[in-house]
Amino acid sequence: MAVETREEAVTIKHHSVDYSVVGTRPIRHDGVDKVTGAARYGADVSQPGQIYGAVTRSPHAHARIRSIDTSKAEALPGVHAVITSADLADPGEKVTGGGEATAVPLKHKSGNVMARGKALYHGHAVAAVAAIDAHTAGEAAALIDVDYEVLPPVMDVLEAMKPGATLLHDDLHTDIAGEASAEPSNVAAKFLFEEGDVEAGFAEAAVVVEREFTFATVHQGYIENHNALALWHGDGELTVWCSSQGHFTIRAEVADILDVPISKVKVIPTEIGGGFGGKTTCYLEPLAAALARKAGRPVKMTMARADILKATGPTPGGYVRVKMGVDSDGKLTAGEAYMAFEAGGYPGSVVAAGCMCVFAPYNLTNVKIEGDDVVVNRPKTHAYRAPGATQAEFASETVVDEICEQLGIDVLDFRTLNSAEEGTWRAGGPAYGRIGHKECVEAARGSEHWNSTLEKPAGTYRGRGVASGFWFNIGFTSSAIARLNPDGTVTLLEGSPDIGGTRSSIAMQFAETLGIGFDDVIPMVVDTDSVGYTDVTGGSRVTFATGYAAHEAANDMRKQMIEGMADVWDVAADSITYENATFTANGESATFKEAAHLLNEDTQQIIGKATVTPEKEGNAFAVHIADVEVDVETGKVTVLRYTAIQDAGVAIYPPYVEGQMQGGAVQGIGWAFNEEYFYDDDGRLRNATLLDYRMPTTLDVPMIETIIVEVPHPGSPFGVRGVGEVPIVPPPAALAIAIYDAVGIRYRDLPMSPHRVYAELAARQNGAEA
Amino acid sequence: MATEILSGKVHVNTTINGESTDFLAEPRESLLEVLRETLGLTGAKEGCNDGNCGACNVIMDGRLVNSCCVLAVEASGADVTTIEGIAGPSGLHPLQEKFLEHAALQCGVCTPGFLVSAKAMLDENPNPTEDEVRWWLAGNLCRCTGYDKIVRAVLDAAASMRGEG
Ligand code: FES
Ligand code: FES
Repeated sequence: MAVETREEAVTIKHHSVDYSVVGTRPIRHDGVDKVTGAARYGADVSQPGQIYGAVTRSPHAHARIRSIDTSKAEALPGVHAVITSADLADPGEKVTGGGEATAVPLKHKSGNVMARGKALYHGHAVAAVAAIDAHTAGEAAALIDVDYEVLPPVMDVLEAMKPGATLLHDDLHTDIAGEASAEPSNVAAKFLFEEGDVEAGFAEAAVVVEREFTFATVHQGYIENHNALALWHGDGELTVWCSSQGHFTIRAEVADILDVPISKVKVIPTEIGGGFGGKTTCYLEPLAAALARKAGRPVKMTMARADILKATGPTPGGYVRVKMGVDSDGKLTAGEAYMAFEAGGYPGSVVAAGCMCVFAPYNLTNVKIEGDDVVVNRPKTHAYRAPGATQAEFASETVVDEICEQLGIDVLDFRTLNSAEEGTWRAGGPAYGRIGHKECVEAARGSEHWNSTLEKPAGTYRGRGVASGFWFNIGFTSSAIARLNPDGTVTLLEGSPDIGGTRSSIAMQFAETLGIGFDDVIPMVVDTDSVGYTDVTGGSRVTFATGYAAHEAANDMRKQMIEGMADVWDVAADSITYENATFTANGESATFKEAAHLLNEDTQQIIGKATVTPEKEGNAFAVHIADVEVDVETGKVTVLRYTAIQDAGVAIYPPYVEGQMQGGAVQGIGWAFNEEYFYDDDGRLRNATLLDYRMPTTLDVPMIETIIVEVPHPGSPFGVRGVGEVPIVPPPAALAIAIYDAVGIRYRDLPMSPHRVYAELAARQNGAEA
Repeated sequence: MATEILSGKVHVNTTINGESTDFLAEPRESLLEVLRETLGLTGAKEGCNDGNCGACNVIMDGRLVNSCCVLAVEASGADVTTIEGIAGPSGLHPLQEKFLEHAALQCGVCTPGFLVSAKAMLDENPNPTEDEVRWWLAGNLCRCTGYDKIVRAVLDAAASMRGEG
């Protein structure tokens, strides 16, 4: 084990490999463009002759659309086209999604893009217009007359499940292991994960703790607004520019929603200003395309922030109940959980992932976990960084803390004793390969933060909390194409939108594979016509899977270059060796750059390529330590100190690994303390601005200390585990535990905003006085 | 400064990044809209359009403003600096260099706003404390970085501009 300490960051390595490019801190390839304003994000792209689109949205949470009168809008000077769902293809019973993992019924995907028959949430798109400028388009959108039959809104998951609840969809039947329920229901699906014998496990337990938790709907809060620009060519081909987490997914969805052949649709990715899971699906792209087709002009659309909050996928609020048992030695004997997650207006919350994560940090052989996916009159929820895990583990980690308290056992000792490790079966499977939860716990135990005493001056209420987190990290499909340039550099084409430095983390793996320099690789994110299929930038998969593809493309390039040099030198290919970026055979030798030149002279084109679908999940673990101070007069909680510890496998590009850990932690802090959708009784969202939907600012958080733990992932050539998501998981639990340590009250409802914190403090005070 | 109404649009003369610039704008158009859609200066971003994210920040007559909350016609006769005007002819501004060195950006969409805000701060206060940096930048939202590396980059840039880096 080697420990490296920088001023603000620590790395603990459980391996002895030393790379020359991987693990270094060069300036990212796209850096200069991003600090000078030159980088082109979605809304920065324009086309000659473009006009602007705007959307008419439902003011009601739940309403039948009786009719839509577009005549006034059409008559407004400057308006070029008006569309409704009738201008999109009839979805029938098709499925869409661009990949098996994201497949959903097309009627739901298309219906979410533009309401069909019913508006299912406040802000649901019902019509759209294109006009000469954005202001005229907005005016025209307001002139569209929609006749609504207003229906009672169903806003709460538990209410929505009750018999007799108003139904959102008459044709939605509960899916239970592939079987549909007889009666329609707001419960879209039920999930069950069961291992061992829970009853026997609880019978063995000396301590059993069972608690209920709730959490509010929260938004990913990316700073860049959704956008789309669509242009039809004379031959019926469509080009779409947009920022998304996966342009291949957008291509498939646009093709399906408009019913045009997928080969006719090209999606050109722009820079993307944050996504966190929320830009893995389309909203404006099909509308811009349908408007452009009708208007015969390119159409550009951007979504206003209020509409982003109202109508793009937040992550589910809901309910979790967790019950855990331990024997007198502190060994976990059984775990049971039930969770109900808001899906939003259409099925498909992340509840199954929540179920699989809830006990994942622990070796628990007797488990029963049930999850319900419930439609409600809120926007269709989407992934948000480790989707489902934060909600589920907020509950289980808080229960773990309570168990430790009851047993009088140290929280880190408890984790060491019960930690999942290689071979432990996770609920829903599979058994883990080499993982690093225990190593993260060790790192926490050895950290300066853990070993420093939290000062508690008289009159202050301060506390410390610790929580673990787990997220799978997925593989899926990625492609890379590497073109050798005559000057010995390599242009590396990839299909993974770069949200936070992945061009460079992928290029670094390519460079390492061939022994060339960081600056010798020129990574580019290219359109759907220019590289092989690549799944979304999500699931912490890009540095892992696209990096894997780059490694394979590099191997392919080396093989082709050896064959090429065999021609140049007129020797047998198997007599050529490649070491230290130099080809050698029978006394001949050429560096990589010289070889590139020779091959070019010889008119040989070297194009390495690869598509990979790595099987093994990365399995990321994190442990966070939080110190807080509670202002008992106001209920406001201040984070005094925060440390994020995480197994990164091998950190390819450490400053950006730290950045993911810090950014995830701060999003988790926002989730814990501030962020919340406020709906009124009519189901209207009342805080759809960034003033009222308050995300953490510089003033709300301290520096976030990081400790990178490196336990290499056996499923990656360089040991990459993926790092983006798990850091959002521990914060709400760690902070709730820290608050308990400070004031002795357990908070089990998110967010722990000042009014909630204060209400409990006041109730206790009043109780004591009464 | 002469402003003339032409077919509902107003003629505006202003200085942007040191260059005299003319444009026509409807009275209802914001400075942000005109910068981005009329003048093609897309470095300033729209994140909220109501003064709550700072992604659109520019410096106008020495003052940091949300360009989404300034009407384009108000820029008449003003001196405006956008992100495109931060780097000098000889290279990047120290803030830009330090943002790169410290990896103070992930997606980068907030970065122009932060750089402009930080420049406005350093113009006034070349030796800020961490608290002052956090106070000054509290009007800029970043959802990716958790701010740690941004604050470090700004402090380091300030130090290097004072000749201490
Ligand atoms: S766009 Fe101007 S402050 Fe957000
Ligand atoms: S780097 Fe993405 S919002 Fe700041």
